[in-house]
Amino acid sequence: MLDNSIWPAKDYSRVPFRLYHDQEVYDLERERIWRGPLWSFLGLEAEVPKIGDFRTSFIGDIPVVYNRGDDGKVYGFVNRCAHRGSTVRREAYGNAADHTCIYHRWCYDKKGGLIGVPFRRGVKGQGGLDPAFDQAQHGLETIRIESWHGILFATFSDKVEPLEQYLGGPMSNMLARIMARPVKVLGYQRQRIKGNWKLYCENTRDQYHGSLLHQFHMKFGITRVTQKGGAWMDTRHRHSISYTREDTDAQDSAQAIAAYADQKVAESDFQLKDQGILGYKQEFDDGVSLAICSIFPNGTFQQIRNSMAARQVRPRGMDEFELYWTIFGYEGDDEELEMHRLLQTNMIGPAGFISMEDGEAVEIAHRATMLEGEACSIIEMGGGGKIPDEITFKVSDVPLRGFWSYYAELMGIEPEGGIR
Amino acid sequence: MIASEKRDAIADLMAEYAYRIDRDKLEDWVNLFTEDCLYKVVPRENVAQGLPGVLLICLNRNMVHDRVTSLRVANEYNIHVDRHVIGAPRLTAQADGSVRAESNYALFQTNQEGESWLFSVGCYEDVIVFQGGKALFKERVVIVDTYAIPNLLATPI
Repeated sequence: MLDNSIWPAKDYSRVPFRLYHDQEVYDLERERIWRGPLWSFLGLEAEVPKIGDFRTSFIGDIPVVYNRGDDGKVYGFVNRCAHRGSTVRREAYGNAADHTCIYHRWCYDKKGGLIGVPFRRGVKGQGGLDPAFDQAQHGLETIRIESWHGILFATFSDKVEPLEQYLGGPMSNMLARIMARPVKVLGYQRQRIKGNWKLYCENTRDQYHGSLLHQFHMKFGITRVTQKGGAWMDTRHRHSISYTREDTDAQDSAQAIAAYADQKVAESDFQLKDQGILGYKQEFDDGVSLAICSIFPNGTFQQIRNSMAARQVRPRGMDEFELYWTIFGYEGDDEELEMHRLLQTNMIGPAGFISMEDGEAVEIAHRATMLEGEACSIIEMGGGGKIPDEITFKVSDVPLRGFWSYYAELMGIEPEGGIR
Repeated sequence: MIASEKRDAIADLMAEYAYRIDRDKLEDWVNLFTEDCLYKVVPRENVAQGLPGVLLICLNRNMVHDRVTSLRVANEYNIHVDRHVIGAPRLTAQADGSVRAESNYALFQTNQEGESWLFSVGCYEDVIVFQGGKALFKERVVIVDTYAIPNLLATPI
């Protein structure tokens, strides 16, 4: 039985491993998170520019389709035929006036409304549906979609707060900054990670691991823990933006080496034979060269130098998820800048110099915590207790406690006297 | 018509490619590329949609070398052994003396517990040139059918 006694600490500084491995938890997440009163990251408007353009996606493990309607707005529905439950739209993307299930050719419009049932009146007066059958009542299950500066979010809930309020100040501003110019999708990357989806939500909120797991930074001198950085959160602490400012520690190399020496992690001086990948063309005037924007529950938007990408977490049962990367640049990028962005794609994704480790980190955590439901992880870097809205240092995993506090609220398992 | 010397050199190149990765001789693997090579790994879904996005891209041999350096000194990844199985290449002679080659691959991985699985299947699209009687990759584009990458992609395909 899952209840609010599961938390050994009231400030979410201990997370029981059971939350990654319990089918009851997973089933409850389908109801209270994925169909709950929140907005999930769905895709980009730029992926469906023309009327009839569609793409398939997921909200949690629920398959959905989004498409551009005749009025220019984006509509979506669950990709499951109202008749017998088959997948309606099998193609991953395309353009279509309507959507027909191949099984019995039930046909739906772009809003998911049922517009055609073959042999509805039978053949020669025999068979067919009862005349009382109301087509209008048997459309596809719809989702509500809204756009924040070209980023599509979807919800099943009619009780959810407005999207901008849900995102909160820091996140809505940072996303608007990233989306200030029209986006051009450059491609996709996918990886299948054998771990619970929440392990990845923790990973993107965890700045502590950055320079330790991802040694590329340090070995090739790209960024150091002594660089100025931190995290911004909304007042509910459900989302988190990890950021680093460029070149703020250029004078502090000695200090950086000392910091690593303390940790018994030696500063190394390997040089890349081709430095092109490290280039940085400043595109934003706030000096932020790295921003990892983790949006509850399933979205991440990243700026890593000139590499821009969205990541979507798609659970596939409690033991596996797909991480779906959408790599983008901007309309108006010249050939050189587009090539530079592709070159910096080397940093990210399943083969990324500073991200391949994340898949491994999730898998080893998932594997070793199985069947150890009572044991807990420790989340205390940067201190416990009340969660602040801003962290001004990088050796911190405080935003993880923010994630879990909101998760507990949605799941209805907040500890008595919980501290958040 | 492609001279038998060239065909032999290409067969050696293909065999060395698999051998040097699968035996963990990555520093020697780098030398199978020309200095001005292009090596990239591309998800088939991007190719199908006409999108330029890559999984990784090296615009010259130095970048291929940097991949190996990074794997050696910086990256952490799943502990495994690779095993490439590469099909016979379809060869097309080019006017400039180079040869285009297309071949299929299957890449299996095996972990420390001795479990093996198909890690990746796809094809190579190459431009092969000849220097001092040896064949080298001027271009190797790996088109990955298995673009739902199992966990991560560290050692080369």
